[in-house]
Amino acid sequence: MSNYPDNLKYAASHEWVRIDDEGNATVGISYHAQDALGDIVFVELPEVGTTVHAKEEVAVVESVKAASDIYSPVSGEIIAVNGDLVDAPETVNAQPYDGGWFFKVAMSDESELEELMDADAYAEHCDD
Amino acid sequence: MGKQTALYQQHIDAGAKMVDFAGWDMPINYGSQIEEHNAVRGDAGVFDVSHMTVVDVSGRDATEYLRHLLANDVAKLDVPGRALYSGMLNEDGGVIDDLIVYRMSFGYRVVVNCATRMKDLAWMAQQTSGYSVSVEERPRLAILAVHGPNSIDKVTALLPAEQADAVRQLGNFRGVEFDPWFIARTGYTGEKGLELIIPETDALTLWVKLLSSGVRPIGLGARDTLRLEAGMNLYGHDMDESVSPIAANMEFSVAWRPEDRDFVGRTAITEHRKQQQAGKLPCLTGLVLEQRGVLREGQKVVTDCGEGIITSGSFSPTLKHSIALARIPVNSKSCQVDIRGTLTPVRIVKPNFVRFGKKIFD
Repeated sequence: MSNYPDNLKYAASHEWVRIDDEGNATVGISYHAQDALGDIVFVELPEVGTTVHAKEEVAVVESVKAASDIYSPVSGEIIAVNGDLVDAPETVNAQPYDGGWFFKVAMSDESELEELMDADAYAEHCDD
Repeated sequence: MGKQTALYQQHIDAGAKMVDFAGWDMPINYGSQIEEHNAVRGDAGVFDVSHMTVVDVSGRDATEYLRHLLANDVAKLDVPGRALYSGMLNEDGGVIDDLIVYRMSFGYRVVVNCATRMKDLAWMAQQTSGYSVSVEERPRLAILAVHGPNSIDKVTALLPAEQADAVRQLGNFRGVEFDPWFIARTGYTGEKGLELIIPETDALTLWVKLLSSGVRPIGLGARDTLRLEAGMNLYGHDMDESVSPIAANMEFSVAWRPEDRDFVGRTAITEHRKQQQAGKLPCLTGLVLEQRGVLREGQKVVTDCGEGIITSGSFSPTLKHSIALARIPVNSKSCQVDIRGTLTPVRIVKPNFVRFGKKIFD
């Protein structure tokens, strides 16, 4: 299995975006990001209803090694957060693309997706 | 590429993520630092710490030389195998390094930090002046540290019966020589365990046998969280040449008596002790954050008596919240830490958090 699924878009700051059937964006951090951070011990999530801008810090992960900001790759309104991460932050390490998602955004500008990388470009970005 | 221990390929084979540590390629973890940490607290783990520097001291004046060189007193080591922890100070009372010294049949064996190797060796050589003593680095020795509640059983199961008996009977800070092997009850985790100093040509066989008997390989990441929980200092973080041992919770390792023992730095740290009693020299203490968040090295500490700094901080896998060592004004009662711009209240505790798998502070 690839560490970077083809159906996702990736930001240079190592978040991924998945567009669901309703056109909303689910955001998490990549396999590479969780691997570099090491064991994740706390996740701080934004509040539902918050308006966010692309490339703005909206969440924080703390691993045994370091604290790291999570940026929203797209602008819009936070419509859901993954509360399970509060008690089980290790899910981000175990399932970065599934159970380890962070938040969902109702996008205000879908053209921002075009600035994100596909899996191949992101894999190359991680190798640099 | 950095220097490699005799077990480099074994680390790769065990899935290690390798990092540079003071010029050495060392395993930071083998997948999950927290799982490795828990393996040492709950069962048994092995660390390859062969990057550490072993120095053998022998000769007619070996004892007097070390009594001058070190803040602790090797005269306490009444029988071969006994060990003690000490600071090696400069004349200003700063810590050049911290180390373990073992009394051996041939004299003494000193284990110092790898990052300070060059300056330690230079200092130790310089201080030999006037003593009939030989100071010899032993770079071909490997060190495997096996720690955890089941570690001694796992190691002794691999030894000949007579050696196993001798190792089982060792008290803490005691060792036994099976030339060319040396096995001691010392370590850096707050758990029972052994350090095996062996020829590097024997390291591979021992490593494979340990892993086959269920001992988990443990990286430097977990080594750091284990030592922090145990309240043990890390050189270059909790103290260095600019910090007095009195301000680094190392006074327990200073042998003030006999009063006429003239060790390097004695005059300076005698003065430091007076300064601390007068409230003018900080102390190293423990901090506990029971809410969410992680204390990190370098974060500013604000107390009712002034400002301080976190010297080591992390998430404690055993306690499941953050702990730290911090250098703060003596007599501080209340304390806050600047965590990413937010002053967060923390509790001041003795700098010992976990021993034998259990929380030990109130």
